[in-house]
Amino acid sequence: MDVGPRLKAWKPRSNHQMVVCIHHSTDFEVHRNWLAITHSLPISQWYYEATSEWTLDYPPFFAWFEYILSHVAKYFDQEMLNVRNLNYSSSRTLLFQRFSVIFMDVLFVYAVHECCKCIDGKKVGKELTEKPKFILSVLLLWNFGLLIVDHIHFQYNGFLFGLMLLSIARLFQKRHMEGAFFFAVLLHFKHIYLYVAPAYGVYLLRSYCFTANKPDGSIRWNSFSFVRVISLGLVVFLVSALSLGPFLALNQLPQVFSRLFPFKRGLCHAYWAPNFWALYNALDKVLSVIGLKLKFLDPNNIPKASMTSGLVQQFQHTVLPSVTPLTTLICTLIAILPSIFCLWFKPQGPRGFLRCLTLCALSSFMFGWHVHEKAILLAILPMSLLSVQKAGDASIFLILTTTGHYSLFPLLFTAPELPIKILLMLLFTIYSISSLKTLFRKEKPLFNWMETFYLLGLGPLEVCCEFVFPFTSWKVKYPFLPLLLTSVYCAVGITYAWFKLYVSVLIDPPVGKTKKQ
Amino acid sequence: MEKWYLMTIVVLIGLTVRWTVSLNSYSGAGKPPMFGDYEAQRHWQEITFNLPVKQWYFNSSDNNLQYWGLDYPPLTAYHSLLCAYVAKFINPDWIALHTSRGYESQAHKLFMRTTVLIADLLIYIPAVVLYCCSLKDISTKKKIANVLCILLYPGLILIDYGHFQYNSVSLGFALWGVLGVSCDWDLLGSLAFCLAINYKQMELYHSLPFFCFLLGKCFKKGLKGKGFVLLVKLACTVVASFVLCWLPFFTEREQTLQVLRRLFPVDRGLFEDKVANIWCSFNVFLKIRDILPRHIQLIMSFCFTFLSLLPACIRLTLQPSSKGFRLTLVSCALSFFLFSFQVHEKSILLVSLPVCLVLSEIPFMSTWFLLVSTFSLLPLLLKDELLMPSVVTTMAFFIACVTSFSIFEKTSEEELQLKSFSISVRKYLPCFTFLSRMIQYLFLISVITMVLLTLMTVTLDPPQKLPDLFSVLVCFVSCLNFLFFLVYFNIIIMWDSKSGRNQKKIS
Repeated sequence: MDVGPRLKAWKPRSNHQMVVCIHHSTDFEVHRNWLAITHSLPISQWYYEATSEWTLDYPPFFAWFEYILSHVAKYFDQEMLNVRNLNYSSSRTLLFQRFSVIFMDVLFVYAVHECCKCIDGKKVGKELTEKPKFILSVLLLWNFGLLIVDHIHFQYNGFLFGLMLLSIARLFQKRHMEGAFFFAVLLHFKHIYLYVAPAYGVYLLRSYCFTANKPDGSIRWNSFSFVRVISLGLVVFLVSALSLGPFLALNQLPQVFSRLFPFKRGLCHAYWAPNFWALYNALDKVLSVIGLKLKFLDPNNIPKASMTSGLVQQFQHTVLPSVTPLTTLICTLIAILPSIFCLWFKPQGPRGFLRCLTLCALSSFMFGWHVHEKAILLAILPMSLLSVQKAGDASIFLILTTTGHYSLFPLLFTAPELPIKILLMLLFTIYSISSLKTLFRKEKPLFNWMETFYLLGLGPLEVCCEFVFPFTSWKVKYPFLPLLLTSVYCAVGITYAWFKLYVSVLIDPPVGKTKKQ
Repeated sequence: MEKWYLMTIVVLIGLTVRWTVSLNSYSGAGKPPMFGDYEAQRHWQEITFNLPVKQWYFNSSDNNLQYWGLDYPPLTAYHSLLCAYVAKFINPDWIALHTSRGYESQAHKLFMRTTVLIADLLIYIPAVVLYCCSLKDISTKKKIANVLCILLYPGLILIDYGHFQYNSVSLGFALWGVLGVSCDWDLLGSLAFCLAINYKQMELYHSLPFFCFLLGKCFKKGLKGKGFVLLVKLACTVVASFVLCWLPFFTEREQTLQVLRRLFPVDRGLFEDKVANIWCSFNVFLKIRDILPRHIQLIMSFCFTFLSLLPACIRLTLQPSSKGFRLTLVSCALSFFLFSFQVHEKSILLVSLPVCLVLSEIPFMSTWFLLVSTFSLLPLLLKDELLMPSVVTTMAFFIACVTSFSIFEKTSEEELQLKSFSISVRKYLPCFTFLSRMIQYLFLISVITMVLLTLMTVTLDPPQKLPDLFSVLVCFVSCLNFLFFLVYFNIIIMWDSKSGRNQKKIS
């Protein structure tokens, strides 16, 4: 009997195989290079190799993953494993890489399955398509952002998010050790998940190491369990040892870290991720234009480099103070702190943890240094779990996800991909809005008029940027204008969603009596 | 969820699948000197734009009929002209006379694929949506599931968006015709169907059922009164639509004759290439194409075709019903496909469309047929390097049908509409109770054979002495399946109306 819903949710994935035949992005070359490095060079060379500009900048577990993949790759095309073959691409290489992503997605499907088990659905309707579990599985499996980034743009986020969702599911199922283990492993696959590590740390400390609470929900200090702390520490230590041990033995740790955390790059990517700094940059530009017009500024003092020209450069702001990596770190920490405090002082079990995790991810996105717009997925996917359970979360989720997904549009810029990205975006947006609206139809409407207007405004924005703009004369004078408009418009939406989520977390009353865990 | 949301989502899914398939290769890609159907369509844009109407169908120094000469009726030519105007606006090199031969580029491919998508969106997809909404006695959810399954039918997607053709235009017009005639808008329906015939002459496969159904309606209304009026009106509509489409070609007798010669090449032989019909399969054992003279072949195929479709058409004329009409469309088109002259494998789409229309009534057999019809296109799809899209779309279609209609639970005699037939047989053979079990086994055998043959064709090389072995095997197996379906659909038609008459007698 259960086959039906699983089949229905699984069906969409089969379409991924058809997008195999589209053009490829630089990420193909990146991963091909890493396959070559791990296959042909000894471990001691992995983090020193620099023949290609795409050096290995993920933690060791990912390097081992590429190493295992390379042993399968040699049956497809031996040539791709040669480090000297820069920009090598053949149809078999592409086929292998695409299929490896699809194959690794199995882990993602399993993780979604586990997450759906954790959702206790409200008995809204008897229909399969109206059950929260079904809606959640479609929202996760058919996630537009993940589809675009993994299968068209090419990355391995599917199974990485699978690991994260699996660890979240384990925490929901009170299997904390497994959750901690999966997260530790995940950190050593891709260190971007450090953004959400504070949430994990504080939650495990507060709700796992302190085994009981006082009746009013505050902490009971004498219920601290040393055993649990030590076992958690042991798990994390062992995983880290497994990952970094070989490089420690080779005295290469500084080199590894310098590869993992390159701070030479600029505040923003060539295309500004729609975060706070995008608004900051835009404000700076506007002020400088006004300043020039009103003769407050001297034209000779303004740096000539444009912030959104193709290469990623260091640049300075003209009117507002420049931003350093340290500033962004401090801003991020300040942004994370209230949610961490909430998690500590008002524990609400796994759901509270999930909200804190989403806030950590979103705050890091908002204030981080050199954030890539793909990082919005880090906030969108966990939030999907929250969206099917509360109407308030659903409305925040919809705003976040629609603007976040729209901000990924510039990643696909060729003409054949245009209909695909529009169709898929429409599909996901219409489905998510209509299914969540139906799920929460008994409560007040999900959007107020302002939010509706904002979301509808995405349509004309897309038409202007992709269809009208290329035919105007501004294309030559201001080629970066569509990117800037997209970035700023989405930044408004994402900031609004972040703010609303924060408010709802802060003013939520704590859970009354928590059982001894 | 609100129903129109669901419908939008289903249509968007259909469009996404179509565009994703269109990113693959097309027929004749990078294969000079002749290329394929894609080049043919581009060439027709070139011809219709640069030459005056009088020269479109004639051989001349500017228009070499051997290089993809126009062999579809005038409406295709007008459509190509329209596309050519748009092409001229974007890039005149695409349709420059003579110099644009074999033009291939990413931008041009995008343009051509977009023309197919727009034609589909304007004509075929609305017809499907409206048709499913007009179905009676089923829930809204089932109607939407029906739209999904019809839109996911792999054959049409792969031929139109992969191989490259405009079948969705002619099939869409035919569907509008079916819709109109079933809803008693006979004039509009027949106008739409005339447009379909004037787009592709293969739609004549569907003409007999239309004719019989409308004639039956006229008879029912009484030939002395309303029926006669309807008959006259219909005749006028048909004649007027033909005249309108063929107007530039009716000015001279030679023009009309030449167009007819291009549309019906009777001197080409019983069949060309490998196609899953009787003559090609028979040819494996006995080379009838070489033994018999041309006119004998013509007469033979004519006789067989009409003998096989006569019973169903007579039934339809005497008892016109919407359901009977659709089933007769299936059996007529299938008879034509199996026995007619110069049939191409793509003509199976003319049978698939009516089968899609009865999907909600006989889900099991329809799904089976549609899978076989896609399988029969395998040699063509492999030539165009469309293996992966065809496998994926077939799987998606199969899963959609299984989950929407629970086809494996609908294999009882009653569900297969064979109840009255098996009751009649049991009068003579009391032990004939195994019909539904037998059909399930046949399905299993058929699917296993198709999967095995696909795997063999893809992985193995054919032996040196028989280079066409796999395509011939595919055609042969498909032909056997189609014969079975011909018998099945004819049984349903005959026994369904028989039970209807018996019930009338009793009551």
